[in-house]
Amino acid sequence: MALQSLDIARSSATTTPPPSVRQTTEVAKLIDVSTCIGCKACQAACMEWNDIREEIGTCSGVYDNPTNLTENSWTVMRFAEVEEAGKLEWLIRKDGCMHCADPGCLKACPAPGAILQYANGIVDFQEEYCIGCGYCVTGCPFNIPRISQKDGKAYKCTLCSDRVAVGQAPACIKSCPTGALQFGSKEQMRDYAEHRVVDLKERGFKEAGIYDPQGVGGTHVMYVLHHADRPQLYNGLPADPGISPLVHLWKGFAKPLATVAMAAVALGSLYHYVTKGPNEVSKELEDELEKEDAL
Amino acid sequence: MTNHWVDIKNADVILVMGGNPAEAHPCGFKWVIEAKKTRKAKLVVVDPRFNRTAAVADFYAPLRSGTDIAFLGGVINFLLSSGKIHHDYVKAYTNASFLIDETFAFDDGIFSGYNAEKRSYGKDSWKYQLDKDGYAKVDETLQDPNCVFQLLKKHYSRYTPEIVAQVCGTPKEAFLKVCEYVAETAAPNKTMTNLYALGWTEHTVGSQNIRCMAIIQQLLGNMGMAGGGINALRGHANVQGITDFALYAQNLPGYLSAPADADVDFKTFLEKRTPKPLRPGQMNFPQNFPKWHTSLMKAWFGDAANKENDFAYHYLPKLGGASDVLSIFDQMFQGKMNGFFCQGFNPLASVANKKKVGDALAKLKYLVIIDPLATDTSEFWKSYGEFNEVDPAKVPTEVFRLPASLFAEQTGSYTNSGRVVQWHWKAADGPGETRDDTEIIAALFLKLKEMYAKDGGAFPEPIQKLAWAYRQPAKPAPEEVLMEINGKALADLEDPKEKGKILVKAGEQLGTFGVLRDDGSTSCGNWIYCGTWSQAGNNTAKRDNSDPSGLGQTLNWGYAWPVNRRIIYNRASCDPAGKPWDAKRTVIKWLGDKWGGSDVPDMRPDAKPEEGVMPFIMNPEGVARLFSRELMADGPFPEHYEPFETPLDKNPLHPNNPKAFSNPAARVYKGDMEAFGKAKDFPYVATTYRLTEHFHYWTKHSHINAVLQPEQFVEIGEELAKEKGIANGSMVKVRSNRGFIRAVAVVTKRIKALDVDGKKVHTIGIPTHFGFKGATKPGFIANTLTPVVGDANVQTPEYKAFLVNLERA
Amino acid sequence: MEVTRRQFFKICASGLGGSSIAMMGFSPTPALAEVRSFKLARATETRNMCPYCSVSCGVLIYSSGDKSKNAKADIIHIEGDPDNPVNRGSLCPKGAGLLDMVKSPNRVKFPEVREPGSNEWKRISWDDAISRIAKHMKADRDANFMLQNKDGVTVNRWPTTGFLASSAACNEAGYLTVKTLRALGVTALDTQARI
Repeated sequence: MALQSLDIARSSATTTPPPSVRQTTEVAKLIDVSTCIGCKACQAACMEWNDIREEIGTCSGVYDNPTNLTENSWTVMRFAEVEEAGKLEWLIRKDGCMHCADPGCLKACPAPGAILQYANGIVDFQEEYCIGCGYCVTGCPFNIPRISQKDGKAYKCTLCSDRVAVGQAPACIKSCPTGALQFGSKEQMRDYAEHRVVDLKERGFKEAGIYDPQGVGGTHVMYVLHHADRPQLYNGLPADPGISPLVHLWKGFAKPLATVAMAAVALGSLYHYVTKGPNEVSKELEDELEKEDAL
Repeated sequence: MTNHWVDIKNADVILVMGGNPAEAHPCGFKWVIEAKKTRKAKLVVVDPRFNRTAAVADFYAPLRSGTDIAFLGGVINFLLSSGKIHHDYVKAYTNASFLIDETFAFDDGIFSGYNAEKRSYGKDSWKYQLDKDGYAKVDETLQDPNCVFQLLKKHYSRYTPEIVAQVCGTPKEAFLKVCEYVAETAAPNKTMTNLYALGWTEHTVGSQNIRCMAIIQQLLGNMGMAGGGINALRGHANVQGITDFALYAQNLPGYLSAPADADVDFKTFLEKRTPKPLRPGQMNFPQNFPKWHTSLMKAWFGDAANKENDFAYHYLPKLGGASDVLSIFDQMFQGKMNGFFCQGFNPLASVANKKKVGDALAKLKYLVIIDPLATDTSEFWKSYGEFNEVDPAKVPTEVFRLPASLFAEQTGSYTNSGRVVQWHWKAADGPGETRDDTEIIAALFLKLKEMYAKDGGAFPEPIQKLAWAYRQPAKPAPEEVLMEINGKALADLEDPKEKGKILVKAGEQLGTFGVLRDDGSTSCGNWIYCGTWSQAGNNTAKRDNSDPSGLGQTLNWGYAWPVNRRIIYNRASCDPAGKPWDAKRTVIKWLGDKWGGSDVPDMRPDAKPEEGVMPFIMNPEGVARLFSRELMADGPFPEHYEPFETPLDKNPLHPNNPKAFSNPAARVYKGDMEAFGKAKDFPYVATTYRLTEHFHYWTKHSHINAVLQPEQFVEIGEELAKEKGIANGSMVKVRSNRGFIRAVAVVTKRIKALDVDGKKVHTIGIPTHFGFKGATKPGFIANTLTPVVGDANVQTPEYKAFLVNLERA
Repeated sequence: MEVTRRQFFKICASGLGGSSIAMMGFSPTPALAEVRSFKLARATETRNMCPYCSVSCGVLIYSSGDKSKNAKADIIHIEGDPDNPVNRGSLCPKGAGLLDMVKSPNRVKFPEVREPGSNEWKRISWDDAISRIAKHMKADRDANFMLQNKDGVTVNRWPTTGFLASSAACNEAGYLTVKTLRALGVTALDTQARI
């Protein structure tokens, strides 16, 4: 069954049931941290393929450049020097969208059709429907989506859905010089990852393992880690990520509650949305909340 | 590389020392990872910095920059004293048994024949004992105290693990652990490959660093084997090809030694370059030198090169002395040069001591830059504040900048580090009025030819007679140039073994250099490229990547020199009887009537094993040299000498002999010696290097790469940073005796202070990619700091070990 | 599960986005998946090689247009050549960024001269550039060509003009360069093999 099927499995803020007759294989990207050399070929390929260019920054005392994900940098390498018992390890992790099976961004998104999950597992943003509210950011347990300063819309890795749609691997995967990045069906990737874990255990990494967190239903981007027992060593990879309970909350009782109790605010906000655009709404709200939080 | 990129996957141990392939050659490094994944190979990294290669290594050991010979000498000692060598291989395929002249001596760091005033050696004693037929005498028992094996043992017995730790700062246990990894591959069916690059060459003992590894690989029996060899990971995409074509003074294309003043006539020239065999029955392949040279002269001068004029011998300039980039800039600095061309080369950034280079360029009458990019060099005359302090009004040089096309805009061939020549095709025109390098050279040449025809001038003959029968003289097509390089028969070529049988008809493209002649009946622009464009057509454009042996040889992909051979010295992958040392990785074997296998045999195809024709066919000995005779400037065995700028006040191996402090045969120019700094003023060891995000001084012009690594930084260990009060990410000033740079401090756990000879030695790492032109943040040129002194043999400057001081900026 | 005031407010706020817009009649337009179209669909593919390090990776260069005379080929994308036995389609960060080298704003597009003492470049024609450079070369060669050394040995060299050759040029360009330079008598010749 084709990896490239882009049948929609789920669409944000949409209740129409998705088509579900055709069968599709789930895809996955595997990031084998133990063979990653932190060369950033994936970052370069991502920028090049997706026609995005980050601004040229500065060196801040580390190899991480750009220093964080942005609307123009959908993947970045995060470098961590870890020294334990006299043994130094330079743990380098490629960060970016994990394409969760249970995507918090999609669940949190109030804009119909702005976030889609394809039947093959790719979670894709449709920027033309994005209202820039930023709730995908809140909903994401991995802190991935970024709102553009330029157009107020959310951006992140698409897993090169345009390439996958024509039977090609994502740009980052193809470029990876050492093969630390692999792409295929999720099953293939799990099999391959298990093979890598055996090799790592033989080399003395007793706790080597696969990162495919079940708290988000598993991910379509998985890691092979030498220290799978301590994912946070890799620049704060969450040990047990899950969708914020608040997103579930809003999907449940809070939604009607919000509709009724906040109707006035809603109208005001819509007015604001129409006249001033979405970004400022959430920014002003955020600022207000920040102030309150500080109290 | 004696082997090739994909072959790395066949190794059991990969020793990376003097290189950083994960960063500098990532796509080649994939084959290291492949070996790890599929053969359970071990990756061992020895480097002053824990770099991105070390990040995926099985074992990492630090060492002080500039002490590789001490380390490797220790490895040699470990192998010899523990007997972990491939005995049969050493005995049969090296000069271990050869007897050396009895007057050869080594005394407290200095070999026999030293002339301190000239800083050079007379090498009369660095020779074999010869019998009456001129063959080297041998002692098969390896017991004679003057045999190479015994001399080797004696020489390296001083390199104990304690000495290694004392000189290199490598903890003894770490050193011994590396030795164990290496020694595993002494087993006949195990191989180690070693990957090195500028980390070994950019030292005043650069060539000898590599000689050490050659000795180790011979002792382990790893040469000629799949997954073995000595593998120089070269720089630019076509640096291998450009070296093969001898775009440098000492050679002519195909590594044919260029004539010098001492070669007063053609006869002398040929005699000196045509060796006699040093052991009976050996191929002694360089005996064919006259065929190669004559064919080159026919390619260049056609009918104007003939027997009567010694094949135009005097059309070639004779080399008057040193002519490498350091000496050229010294001549320029002294005002002895008037004109200069930089073709795809940015010397202001790449050559040592930027100030000297800038001052030298300002003494030229004219400078011509041929480059796709606006290089720093092209604007050496322009003020860029403290990055390039200069007053344009005071620079009288006339500077031309000619726009060249880039790879994507050209058709032609590149030769990769594994000697595979590959063709590529033009995708689009370059921007504006850019032109191909070939067109630019052709335009200049044709203009000069026209001017000399009209007005006459100095020695116009070679200009007028140069073969230039291209269909469009102003635009030679790459196809016709490669055909000329490959060569053709100028007359019917008869089989020397069978009268009347014609091997190649007049006018036909040659298939192999085996048919080249010294009588003017063949032409060939580069003998090792003979076969690239045979009668069958352009073999470099072959694109069949099938790999029937599974070893990655892909003989039908492109064309490897020589004769499409992928692993050089592959005869040594078999025992003397012709049976592979490791049947699972058979490169070639004796098939009963001929040699064959997954590669083109590096042996006369019908040489029966019992004939005793040895694998190292380019050596008159037929075997590999543990003792390099008179071929090196600084000794037949590598010896540790301190870098010219060192934190130590003596060579720990020769504490009482100041002559043996730094390389006694390295060349130092007046003014450069004075520019060396002392440890009391410049206490830290500095080393320059590449980052994976950038290529040399090019990608600073590319937006994507500027994003990935935007600004000059220097790497400093946590301990030193603390001592100096330097915060991570703050600006620091790094000074050498030649200048200073300012950069961001990257404070890291990855560079540790080392305990060297009872002293704490700190290393400062300086990436080299930045400058005042480009998309990256404008900054200093790292070579502002580096010293002008080169390797004793090939003059590669000592960029990897020099002294600096450090302060907050 | 503890819900802070802030979180509660956020939940409500995000809720109203979707709900309230729907309530106001902005019914969700049928949300169609619009994957970006594959940008190489009819682009021209050319096999070439990365010019950076000596791995010499195979690359595929994609240019717009079909090579018809009126459609100027413009390079739009470069990726690894999967057939190349060494890189097998992969590229490092340098190779993956090749497009920005081809398109670098720092490309030199026209011959230029900086006159002695001047502080600026001046655009000149190729003919002018070649004539002026050749004139310099000939004057220097004629004045300083050495037919014999002090011992009377024929040396035929031109020691006062030097040449640093490109290590990124094709073999064919390198060969023509060395052939020409040796015929002119140049001995101050080196390449970027050492540094």
